[in-house]
Amino acid sequence: MITWRSLFKRFLSDPVAIGAGIVLLLLVLMAVFAPLLAPQNPYDLMQIDIMDSELPPSWKDDGDARFLLGTDAQGRGVLSTIMYGTGISLLIGIGAVVVQAILGVTLGLIAGYKGGWIDAFLMRLADIQMSLSTLMIAIIVLAIFQAAFDANVYADYAIVMLIVIIGVAEWPKFARTVRSSVLGEKNKEYVDAARVIGLPARKVMWGHILPNTLTPVLVISTIQVAEAIMTEAALSFLGLGMPVDRPSLGSLIRSGFEFVFSGQYWITLYPALVLIALVLALNLLGDWMRDVLNPKLRRGDD
Amino acid sequence: MAMLEIDDLRVAFPRGKTEEIEALRGVSLRLEKGERLGVVGESGAGKSMLAFSILNLIAEPGRVSEGAVRFMGENLLDMSERQIRGIRGNRISMIFQDPMVTLNPVLTIGTQMIETLQAHRRISRREAHRLSVEKLKMVAIPSAETRMDAYPHELSGGLRQRVVIAIALLTDPELIIADEPTTALDVTIQAEIMALILKLCRENDVALILITHDLGVVAEVTQKLMIMYAGKCVEAGETRAIIDAPNHPYTAGLLKALPQNAEPGQKLYQIPGSMPPITNLPRGCPYHPRCSRASDECRAAMPEIIDGVACYHPLQSVEEIA
Amino acid sequence: MHILAFLIRRAVQAVIVMFVISLIGFSIQDNLGDPLRELVGQSVSEAERQELRDQLGLNDPFLTQYIRFLGNAVQGDLGTSYFFKRPALDVIMDKFPATFELVIGAVVIFLSLSIPAGIYCAIHRNSWITRIIMTGSIIGISVPVFLTAIFMVWLFGVELGWLPAFGRGDTVTLPWGWDTGFLTLDGLKHLILPSVTLSSIMLPLFIRLIRAEMMETMGTDYVRFARAKGLRTARVRYVHAFRNTLLPVVTVGGLMIGTLIAYTILTETVFQWPGMGFLFLEAVNRTDTPLIIAYIIVVGLIFVVVNTIVDFVYTLINPMVKLPGAKS
Repeated sequence: MITWRSLFKRFLSDPVAIGAGIVLLLLVLMAVFAPLLAPQNPYDLMQIDIMDSELPPSWKDDGDARFLLGTDAQGRGVLSTIMYGTGISLLIGIGAVVVQAILGVTLGLIAGYKGGWIDAFLMRLADIQMSLSTLMIAIIVLAIFQAAFDANVYADYAIVMLIVIIGVAEWPKFARTVRSSVLGEKNKEYVDAARVIGLPARKVMWGHILPNTLTPVLVISTIQVAEAIMTEAALSFLGLGMPVDRPSLGSLIRSGFEFVFSGQYWITLYPALVLIALVLALNLLGDWMRDVLNPKLRRGDD
Repeated sequence: MAMLEIDDLRVAFPRGKTEEIEALRGVSLRLEKGERLGVVGESGAGKSMLAFSILNLIAEPGRVSEGAVRFMGENLLDMSERQIRGIRGNRISMIFQDPMVTLNPVLTIGTQMIETLQAHRRISRREAHRLSVEKLKMVAIPSAETRMDAYPHELSGGLRQRVVIAIALLTDPELIIADEPTTALDVTIQAEIMALILKLCRENDVALILITHDLGVVAEVTQKLMIMYAGKCVEAGETRAIIDAPNHPYTAGLLKALPQNAEPGQKLYQIPGSMPPITNLPRGCPYHPRCSRASDECRAAMPEIIDGVACYHPLQSVEEIA
Repeated sequence: MHILAFLIRRAVQAVIVMFVISLIGFSIQDNLGDPLRELVGQSVSEAERQELRDQLGLNDPFLTQYIRFLGNAVQGDLGTSYFFKRPALDVIMDKFPATFELVIGAVVIFLSLSIPAGIYCAIHRNSWITRIIMTGSIIGISVPVFLTAIFMVWLFGVELGWLPAFGRGDTVTLPWGWDTGFLTLDGLKHLILPSVTLSSIMLPLFIRLIRAEMMETMGTDYVRFARAKGLRTARVRYVHAFRNTLLPVVTVGGLMIGTLIAYTILTETVFQWPGMGFLFLEAVNRTDTPLIIAYIIVVGLIFVVVNTIVDFVYTLINPMVKLPGAKS
């Protein structure tokens, strides 16, 4: 087991990890403090003027100093919508992973610890669900919702729905990881000992096995957040995710898409760059963590 | 000229970015034509490392850092990849430890035999097939002809090891290196496989390097013996002589630990302590923490190997430590 | 015996999946699609509506209605599209060739690139080319496919003007009614950008997968034994190591079919590629329920068929099709 201290030391010796960490930290801070930092509040209709629509970035000839990165078709400052939009993307990404982790860890523990037909059933289900792919499941479920409810209701519940759908659709990843480490831990002496002294199965699972399976859970969580943000962006881009008046990065790209080819590239470009930076930073950190924490990949080192 | 002469062979693995760590720390040996040598030691002593470095097959990122392996006077370590390929599986064959993972699961036994022959002989497929069946019969595989089309998983562990032995014999090699060839097998067939290897080596005048941790097997099969400890040879010589009168305290301990040497009704002897990992060797003789004869001298510097034993306080006979 | 058990299991699984999908399809129809809406106008009285409902069997018990739905579905009747006023299945199948050809184009591109790249990266672990490929692949994974698509359209379609960026171009109708773009130069040109885009998202996934699996097999005893037998390096790599790499790659590749179909929706949307995904999104926007249901069922069917093919290929290249749980 690796200590936090040595983890931190290894982090400091890896420039890629540091870079990714800094980018991620900046984006998270930007999103959290958006209400304080953003030049405008894009949700406040009083601050938006349709006359300001489609202004280029401020360094261009027709630019306006109030809008550093230009404005979109509704006159909202692109910089401000990005700041708020990053928050929504992160909220959905992290929220979905929390749902995934709760579901996946619980089901993975049960599958690994109980074995038998419960295990077989859950793993078959996981197989089928994984091959259907999260994005496909989410597209279909959201398409049905959209057909069933009118746009206003849909908009109100969009965040919750995205979190739940992406969360539920991705449980197999956590469940499999946890299950395989449970199988590794299950026959170790301390688990036997706990069983012998008569602790109930639930206590053995949560109190004794779970803590030892947390490292791989931590490793996949980071990459899962990146995936969830990507999925949400794809759904919003298709018009099945966040509505345009409460945009995530994906819906910002969608709303700018039709203007790209008529020259107003900034409406799409800047949210796109932020989205890529966010996902890339998370993926790089996730990869780095897997390399450091997964002893199987550190061969020849010990 | 000896058939095989190994001189101060060293194998190193990188540790961290700049450091290297030696897993094999200067081993020398000589082997004559048709001679059988046993290499004995605990796991981690560097036995397999020695076996693989002879054919320059050390797995990345390890490397042979020093020394020479002269086969018929030519240094195998200086050879090009192409040249050494002509030796591997042709003049020197290997038998691996676990037959369950030695054969490729997706290729038939026939394919794996024929490709070996065709790598070294300019012969037709048909001829290669015929020779392969012949060898399968030689290792007493029932219905050899039909086994050619079988996949490894269709055979039992014992049969698979026979196939591996047949592959090793395909090209009539001069030397076979067998790395614990019976360890992974069922106890009931271990003796059978060992007897087969011995018989085939004798009949075909093939030299053998038998890597094992079992001194009992070595006593029955080999003429020469080498004891390894922590990447070094600690004692070498005639098998009979060493077993009758070991000189190194470690050899004596190994012999004493053999079940057949235990007094009836007595607990089995065990050498106290365990072999230090290669990454964390003590100063001086690596065996000194476990040795009852250790002195300050032993703790200060590694003894050189003199008259076949690397020890400052060699024993004269087994009785002395008893 | 093993293979028979395996195929039966596969068939059972396929039936279960199709059953679940049909159930979903039916519940959508039951709750969303009001067949009266398309049959009659607003002016019809409530009594007449009830009578019509009885006639159409809409007041029958759930099970009866579901069995009727299933019976129709098996015969290829998945309802009539509100928008196109044609059988929904026909509308979908008209668009199938476009999506199929897009996927084929993408699969050809990413397989022909990822296999050599993955093998190279596994063999030359520390070379600078490997580093570039691996860095590129993590960036590739982090760029959403619709952004790649927009970028492609902007750069090659608009700025440089090298390639057509929208639609399918000229197609030729084959005797069995299949519209193909493979046989005209214009059709092939139109295929390039969308299929490159679609492959760009699968490529890094496959490179990483093939590299990881190849590295694992390169370290096995049987590969070492193959070297100890004095085989040529090429034979060791491509016959001994790579053939074993193929097994997990085929399995995981099969698992990606759902992802691939989802990405076709995104790709088709940006390139206005007249395939099933584009049609599906339009159907969603128009609340064309029968078409939505038909799409879901067709996709489910494709999914089941592809998975069966993948499993079949797996049994072909794996001499030891083992049932899970049966350890050797």
